[in-house]
Amino acid sequence: MAETTTTLVEPTRRDFLYIATGAVAAVGAATLVWPFVQSLTPDAATVAAGAPVEIDLTPIVDGQIVKVFWRGKLIFIRNRTEAEIKAAEDVNVATLRDPQADSARVKEGHAKWLVVFGNCTHLGCVPLGHQGEYEGWFCPCHGSVFDTSGRVRGGPAPTNLPVPPYAFTSDTKIVIGQEVTA
Amino acid sequence: MSQHPTTYVPKSAFGKWFESRLPIAGLVHSSFIAFPVPRNLNYFWTFGAILVFMLISQIVTGVFLAMYYAPNASMAFQSVEHIMRDVNYGWLLRYLHANGASMFFVAVYIHIFRGLYYGSYKAPREILWILGVIIYGLMMATAFMGYVLPWGQMSYWGATVITNILAAIPVIGDTIQSLLWGGYSVGNPTLNRFFSIHYLLPFMIFGVVILHVWALHVPGQNNPTGVPIKSGKDAVPFTPYATIKDVFATVVFLIFFAYFVFYIPNFMGHADNYVPANPSVTPAHIVPEWYFLPFYAILRAIPDKLGGVIAMFASIAVLAFVPWLDTSRVRSTAYRPLYKQFFWILVADAVLLGWLGAKPPEGWYVIVSQVATAYYFIHFLVILPVLGFVERPLPLPNSILESVMGSKKHGAGMPAGANAEPQSKG
Repeated sequence: MAETTTTLVEPTRRDFLYIATGAVAAVGAATLVWPFVQSLTPDAATVAAGAPVEIDLTPIVDGQIVKVFWRGKLIFIRNRTEAEIKAAEDVNVATLRDPQADSARVKEGHAKWLVVFGNCTHLGCVPLGHQGEYEGWFCPCHGSVFDTSGRVRGGPAPTNLPVPPYAFTSDTKIVIGQEVTA
Repeated sequence: MSQHPTTYVPKSAFGKWFESRLPIAGLVHSSFIAFPVPRNLNYFWTFGAILVFMLISQIVTGVFLAMYYAPNASMAFQSVEHIMRDVNYGWLLRYLHANGASMFFVAVYIHIFRGLYYGSYKAPREILWILGVIIYGLMMATAFMGYVLPWGQMSYWGATVITNILAAIPVIGDTIQSLLWGGYSVGNPTLNRFFSIHYLLPFMIFGVVILHVWALHVPGQNNPTGVPIKSGKDAVPFTPYATIKDVFATVVFLIFFAYFVFYIPNFMGHADNYVPANPSVTPAHIVPEWYFLPFYAILRAIPDKLGGVIAMFASIAVLAFVPWLDTSRVRSTAYRPLYKQFFWILVADAVLLGWLGAKPPEGWYVIVSQVATAYYFIHFLVILPVLGFVERPLPLPNSILESVMGSKKHGAGMPAGANAEPQSKG
């Protein structure tokens, strides 16, 4: 390898031009990828259709689970019975896979109402209400079990059913999609 | 192709004029007419031709279906029913396409296990094998997206489950999911892009198939002995020998295909997919198409979302490393008494995983899935490398000719055991 030192050639202006041209082409190509990838993201109409929705809670009777959609995503609204609330509150939070107190999953003073996304956090199937060991939800696809607070208690789901952003506008009305009432 | 300079000489004046400008006739002649083929190939070697036929069949039926199909969430399901009821021979086109996908996988699984049995992935065919794994991956993506297009319940929920799998990937998972969905959930934009990509991928498969055939024609075909062609007596010309055999096998395969299309066209489908997509109700039992079942079983066997996803992708990716995981120098399993047993255990394991993939994820099914999944990886990562060192292979024949003619021709002068198990044809 003694030759290495002798064959070292000073870079020429042509070498510089090659590298500069290549760099400009690479940057240009990378830039051009951007609009193509961006076109795959949710379009303006989809985003607009994702505005908050108002839900009237009065028709939902004790113990009933109602399904609504926001942004094409299924949401469960559950009017929990006293027994269901008690069952959710009496859990030792430390024993849970995704530790979260029931009080952190409902709005203060509205413990009756549980609002959670209706797709299993495993692979997105719709769990069946009032089923499974804890009478919360049971996912028929891969066997995840959720309690009456929508927290995962068994099966492959990694996390609790998430609580969407929502707020009470009155005692019987909620707006899904915004955290604070206007 | 590359290593076999053509001996083709055009006869007509036009032929000479054309060949000097575009030597395509010479290429075809050297690749598919004069190309030397081992004389001992059995019928498992006809599945390459069957697969080419199936790819073309899928593209032709698919192009026609696309003329009548509407890739829109509010029209897709109706347009498929329109194809079935109103379009002249629409039922035939759709049943050929839907069952054709299954037949494509039947053929590719035989093709893959043929390669595993006869060591067709070993040097100098590693690139050929990896191109095959790439084709297999593209096939799975194409089949998955195609199954979404009728926009039935299984379409919708299959798409939901699979796109949620990708969300398990750390850091970039959510972005990938959003780019696939084009919205906040599986919806019309998802259907639109899946249709576009479903139309694109078969042509990409076609491109990789050309590379696959090219890579095949550099070393030539493997054969049931694994011993390379050493002289002209070991080989026969591609045409007419391989051509006729391929055509005959394809016709037999078509009879099998036609039985499904004309007598049990929905045997491999799911009744739930004749119910329009409904985002608020999941079918009681979500099952992928049969050809995905082993991987679905692996996904569900791991009691952790990300772990399941990694295991599923790894179970496919591991195939690409088989040329280096297999440490044995003997190609053909016919001369590997130990590996032969493990090969059939692997086949049984894959079938078992497929059966488990169709079962609900509860009770002892989960435990058996975990054992079968573990064995699948143990086979490739432990058994395959170790066997190469501990196994004592049977003596190989000196040549393909010797394995075919056996003692009749060479008799006394052969080393002991060399002709003990002459390869039988078919």
